[in-house]
Amino acid sequence: MTLKYILKRVGVFVVTLFVISTLAFIAFSIIPGDPVTRMLGMNASEERIVEMRSELGLDKPIHTRFFKWLQSFVTGDFGKSYSYSIPVRELLSDKVLTTASLSLMAFVFVLAISMPLGLLLSRYSIISSKGAKSSFQRAIISAATALNQIIMSIPPFFTGIIITYVFGLILRFFTPGAFVPYSGNPAAFYAYLIFPALSIALPRSAMVIKLIRGSVLNEAGSDYVRTAYSRGGGQWYVLLVHIMRNALIPVINFLAMTLSDIVAGSIIIEQVFAIPGMGRLLLLSISNRDYPVVQTIVVIIASVVVILNLLADVICQYIDPRIRIT
Amino acid sequence: MFAFFIGRVYHVLTRVPPYGGCEVQYEGESSKMKHARRTIVVLLCVTMLLLMVAGCNRNEPQESQTQTESPDTTEPVRDDIVIGIAQDIDVSLDPHLMTSAASRAVLFNVFEGLVKPTPEGFLAPAVASSFEISESGDTFTFTLRDNILFHNGEPVTAQDVVYSISRVSGFYNDGTALIPAFSIVESVTAEDENTIVIKTTVPNIEFLSFLTAAIIPENYDAQETAPVGTGPYMYVSRSPQENLIFEKFDDYWGDVPSITHVTYRILDNTEALMMALRSGTVDFCSHLMSSQMAELQGLGYNFEIGTMNLVQAVYLNNAVAPFDNVEVRRALAHAINRSEIMDVLADGLGVPVGSSMYPAFSKYFTAELADYYDYDPQKAKSLLSEAGYPDGFTMEIVVPSNHGPHIDTATVVVEQLREIGVTATIRLVEWSTWIDDTYRGRNFEATVVGVDASAMTARAMLERFSSTNGSNFINFSNAEYDEVFAAAISATNDEDQVLLYKELELILTQQAANLYIQDLCDIIAINEDISGFEFYPLFVEDLARLYYK
Repeated sequence: MTLKYILKRVGVFVVTLFVISTLAFIAFSIIPGDPVTRMLGMNASEERIVEMRSELGLDKPIHTRFFKWLQSFVTGDFGKSYSYSIPVRELLSDKVLTTASLSLMAFVFVLAISMPLGLLLSRYSIISSKGAKSSFQRAIISAATALNQIIMSIPPFFTGIIITYVFGLILRFFTPGAFVPYSGNPAAFYAYLIFPALSIALPRSAMVIKLIRGSVLNEAGSDYVRTAYSRGGGQWYVLLVHIMRNALIPVINFLAMTLSDIVAGSIIIEQVFAIPGMGRLLLLSISNRDYPVVQTIVVIIASVVVILNLLADVICQYIDPRIRIT
Repeated sequence: MFAFFIGRVYHVLTRVPPYGGCEVQYEGESSKMKHARRTIVVLLCVTMLLLMVAGCNRNEPQESQTQTESPDTTEPVRDDIVIGIAQDIDVSLDPHLMTSAASRAVLFNVFEGLVKPTPEGFLAPAVASSFEISESGDTFTFTLRDNILFHNGEPVTAQDVVYSISRVSGFYNDGTALIPAFSIVESVTAEDENTIVIKTTVPNIEFLSFLTAAIIPENYDAQETAPVGTGPYMYVSRSPQENLIFEKFDDYWGDVPSITHVTYRILDNTEALMMALRSGTVDFCSHLMSSQMAELQGLGYNFEIGTMNLVQAVYLNNAVAPFDNVEVRRALAHAINRSEIMDVLADGLGVPVGSSMYPAFSKYFTAELADYYDYDPQKAKSLLSEAGYPDGFTMEIVVPSNHGPHIDTATVVVEQLREIGVTATIRLVEWSTWIDDTYRGRNFEATVVGVDASAMTARAMLERFSSTNGSNFINFSNAEYDEVFAAAISATNDEDQVLLYKELELILTQQAANLYIQDLCDIIAINEDISGFEFYPLFVEDLARLYYK
């Protein structure tokens, strides 16, 4: 990892964020709707609208507003929310924590579910592909693959509704709508997030399991695998030590994508479970035309995606030196 | 299965040293490979750890469930209430800058004006203990209530009242009234410690109903984030998109509320709101649909059915063809089947209206106007032919996408218009687009919305249709209407004024300015242990009257 490489990645990071925030700003100026008229509603007087617009600096041309925003953003001043009249930083701190907790928990679930099950399924798939297994085991594998396929095709929000209904209303494992903020009671906060996180994690885990199995089976026919077996390596040993090393590359890339998808997907799950997170705030701020909040959230989400991809690259290079950039 | 898996991993782990030891015997196995093996081992360990963490986490909900449920089951009497609201109070909490109806409904419990509305539709003294309106209708004299306190413990002085009224009237900024009706205020002065006199530039006896505008302390500048008023409840905290918390104000001048803690929980997703209601975490929720009421039957709620206090109509842009032709508008009015719409929307609940006035304004409301145009497609067709449209025409109905009832209404209207040969299409727009483009830009043919009143006056409903009014989004222009309106607002006698306002309503109906439909029904679910709920003629919810049985 040379200095040049690091500089290049940082450069890409900065340019990406700049382009995205510019596009978001322009998109916002093009779509109809105006924060001031939205706020003042149907009983607003013309004078009041003009006055408020100049209070918020909205009477200035778009490039002036953009650079003013950029300037204060870079210096750490995220501005003040139009609709809530409180600083964006204050408004977002709780929401970012909530969404980050939810996303991380969902990611942990994805790993916890997909890694063991994926490996297990792979192991038995390898054996069965060698034709040495009973019809019972083949049936199990077919059933597992089919189940996996079904879970994968159910969208998270629907899983969310089913989970709320079954675990919330029938089994009473949790109380729908009774979200507790982190500051109120951290334990209850995490407890409430379990089922939403599970709703996000299930379809994603199914995808990772399928990917692990496919990837492993792809490698299983290679010469090096046959060599490893013939050298006396056991099923698990060859799978974990030889096959996985190669099979993990696409999985890790996919996991990085998954994590950024989870962050974006939490927007929908937050709606279903009434979690006051960043996603719900983003939706509301867009419909309120609350530019300072939207811009900040867009930059946060873009940064997460870029950083995760960078992380995936680094991990892959660590595992497979062949893709290391020289 | 997991135990087996863990066992095998352990097996592999324990085999690492010997394999590492004889790795020189393997052709091509380098130290990098060894490195990689270690990586995988670490990865697996992490996975196991995560599994265990996840396993532990899964046990938690049972514990928290017992925690959250215990107050319901063990304590028979509660002193808190949780109110579910579908729309966040997403504006500044400053009462003079607050504009959305939803915010007004909530902060009605925190702020009071010199007078405040009653459920019967009258104005009762609040911060003022009594008031007097001069014969000429342009001088309002108020006597300040004795020993009245703000939530921060400071006494309310005549100076605070002068400050509040001056502030809404725009005396402290460039002269733009924060609430448009206050632009007629000429002066506000404190005659002595207890007497405040407000003078207006023109006589306006209805101005009193705008004096429900909040009285706030003069030397306090955090109204936007930590509002202080004189109402029965005081503001405690708010977390955007999560909740809003009030507590009763023990030094309230009137009857101190019975319920101590109030939590407004923001549940802006219908599904989430229903789940919360079904699980019993919410005690009070308004604006439900009749289907939702049916779903909640037998789950411990009582239902109150009232109206939303708005006029829902297909508002027509009177300035664009063919709606600039009164015959066309009348033809459409005959084509609308109100009862069918009301059946589809809420099983017939709601009150039909025939002009821009809703029933809660009982003094002004003329119920018969709803029957002015009977449902008669044949007549509608012949009127259309006479107006020069024998084959009908095409039109577009703009509907804000966040209002389910309006979308449903538009859908039924499209079908009804099809019967008389008019092809209507629906265009859904975001609320802010609607405000900007449709309402302010007046760039539309027809739109389905509900129009409400910001204060308890007929003027708030009828003023917008005078031809030069800035809020006349339908471009209604009628010389007779303007004339009668001018007479109505300058009337100094209440009876005359009522008659004039009724005349205005009749003109709107005769001119078929809009296709009037109904005042939508408002269904409220309340925990069956709570009593005392009353509807107001305004869009507000008075919590101070609620109590546990």
